[in-house]
Amino acid sequence: MTPLAVTAWTATSAAGAGRSELLAALRERRSGLSINDFGATPLPTWIGRVAGVETQTLPEALLPWDCRNNRLAWLGLQADGFLQRAAAARERYGADRIALVVGTSTSSIGASEEAYARLDANGHFPADLQRPVVHTQHSLGDFLQHALGLSGYALTVATACSSSAKVFAQAERLIAAGIADAAIVGGVDSLCGSVLFGFNSLELISADPCRPFDAARRGINIGEAAGFALLEKSGSGPWLLGYGESSDAHHMSSPHPDGLGARLAIEAALERAELPAAAVDYINLHGTASQKNDEIEARVVADIFEPAVHASSTKGWTGHTLGAAGILEAVITLLAVESGVLPGTLNSQALDANCGPQIRLENAARPIEVALSHSFGFGGSNCVLAFGNSRPH
Amino acid sequence: MRQRIFVDGIAFWSPQLPSWEHARAACNGDYRPPTTAAARPTPTLLAPTERRRAPDSVAVALEVAARACEQAELDPATLCSVFASTHGDLAVTDSVCETLAKTPLLTSPTKFHNSVHNAAAGYWTIGVQCLRPYTAVSAWHYTFAAALLEAATQAVVQQEPILYVAYDIAARGPLGTMAQSAGLLGTALVLAPGPSNTTIAQLDWFTRHNAALTATASDSPLTPILAGNAMHGCLPLLEALAAGSHRNLSLAVSAQLELALELRPHNGENTQTP
Repeated sequence: MTPLAVTAWTATSAAGAGRSELLAALRERRSGLSINDFGATPLPTWIGRVAGVETQTLPEALLPWDCRNNRLAWLGLQADGFLQRAAAARERYGADRIALVVGTSTSSIGASEEAYARLDANGHFPADLQRPVVHTQHSLGDFLQHALGLSGYALTVATACSSSAKVFAQAERLIAAGIADAAIVGGVDSLCGSVLFGFNSLELISADPCRPFDAARRGINIGEAAGFALLEKSGSGPWLLGYGESSDAHHMSSPHPDGLGARLAIEAALERAELPAAAVDYINLHGTASQKNDEIEARVVADIFEPAVHASSTKGWTGHTLGAAGILEAVITLLAVESGVLPGTLNSQALDANCGPQIRLENAARPIEVALSHSFGFGGSNCVLAFGNSRPH
Repeated sequence: MRQRIFVDGIAFWSPQLPSWEHARAACNGDYRPPTTAAARPTPTLLAPTERRRAPDSVAVALEVAARACEQAELDPATLCSVFASTHGDLAVTDSVCETLAKTPLLTSPTKFHNSVHNAAAGYWTIGVQCLRPYTAVSAWHYTFAAALLEAATQAVVQQEPILYVAYDIAARGPLGTMAQSAGLLGTALVLAPGPSNTTIAQLDWFTRHNAALTATASDSPLTPILAGNAMHGCLPLLEALAAGSHRNLSLAVSAQLELALELRPHNGENTQTP
């Protein structure tokens, strides 16, 4: 594919608001995880909670979209001047020529959950939550379209944990087909009862800080995040070089036992980027710290990549941010490409026997050229992104 | 930029019109209620133990997806797909929200994994053993046209046929006052970059900014039956395909983005020319 320049990019998570806070947390190996204090009856687990979401207010014109997820989206837009960069792009291309494609898993379902907890005597939603837009999946996309002043294509992608990785693929196709000249992609997912108690019901939640790829890992920690990127046909880079998507065709909530879909997505990303596996310097792994994901992903990485590749999971910094994991980890991957800071894996002590030499616990620092980000989701939806420091010839 | 795609397969399911043949006849003024009205199709692609507890959204999506692929004479395992739903499975969401409000620790793992917006797409790829990518999307009132555009874009950019599935179910419980949708409706199209011997229509399309966008209204006999479903945005295109005549359509992809379509019927025979 023709590479796209990533001309603005940002992420806000438990590991900090914006790139510089995130990079400092990665470099200093400071986890953003904390003991779960979310909701009326918190489960005994750790979470990646973003500071300041509750006190964040929306501009008056955006109040109809007010809810935790859209507040987090607004908070995320403030970081790294992304709102200003998006406005400048809007002036340059026109509001109708920038596609908006954003991913989320649960969007603003937290608002629906809250309404069910506060139903009035007649069983109706409380007056302050009688706003249809926050009780539908596209709440996020609709909010962002208004917040960014865009009038072109706007879509919310919801393929669970691959959502905000797949937005890069869709943006590339929309630009290639001439439907847009540039794209704003991203993703936002916020803490809510559905995901905390839902993953708990699947026995996937860890009572301790998550330990990706550790032999003694005990499950995931749920996190929340917002992240965005501006994709253009030209610019100074870094570059989106390729993407690969696939389906597992195996199980709704468990990965393919041989990692078949993961392998296909990696191969497709490398093929689109016209790169051999040996060209990859760094991989931000999906690495949720669930038993199955890490076992299977470790084997796939050991099979496909050179021992010299530096591969790691950053979930120990942020938790698993679900539908926002794609964009958050794309941003971490872009930071690695830009700064040469290659994160290790936090909290983990002794790697699972399935791990090859690729999977690293310690950070490293060296200039790199090519990096991948893995996102594998419920429903067997996989997406791998390839980023590069320079535009290939 | 003007693009061209071909409709190679089409399917429809609602309790009143449980096949494309029923829907097409009704569009053309010949509404014949089914002799035995089923509340929902049986998701035969699922294991027998999973069929009964599959959500309505999954049952209807799998039905129309399979029928559209059959009509296009394509192996479902070879097709990328786009699954679109305005609200996802509203009955599952209602149930999960109710449980969370009362007894969160009793949240059902099956309900939880059925609550994801990509549940139908996930079950489809499992059911037909498809390793090709799918996406699952929403654009509120604009879902049908916005997702159609994504499917058409994939067909053109990737130069291969794609399966497009759109569905919404009846809302339930308190959520139904906010996310409104009545009845069960599913439709599917197989879209291809070139004609084949199953092609029924050629669609020329482009997008344009239109600040005074008036989407083509649906005024067929289907409208009173199906307008309460959140996916009613599919009706103008389905009516045009049922009519089988040359038509221009305007669909709203967003508040100010128009998808202009020029539909020409196609009898699948043009591919026979030497």
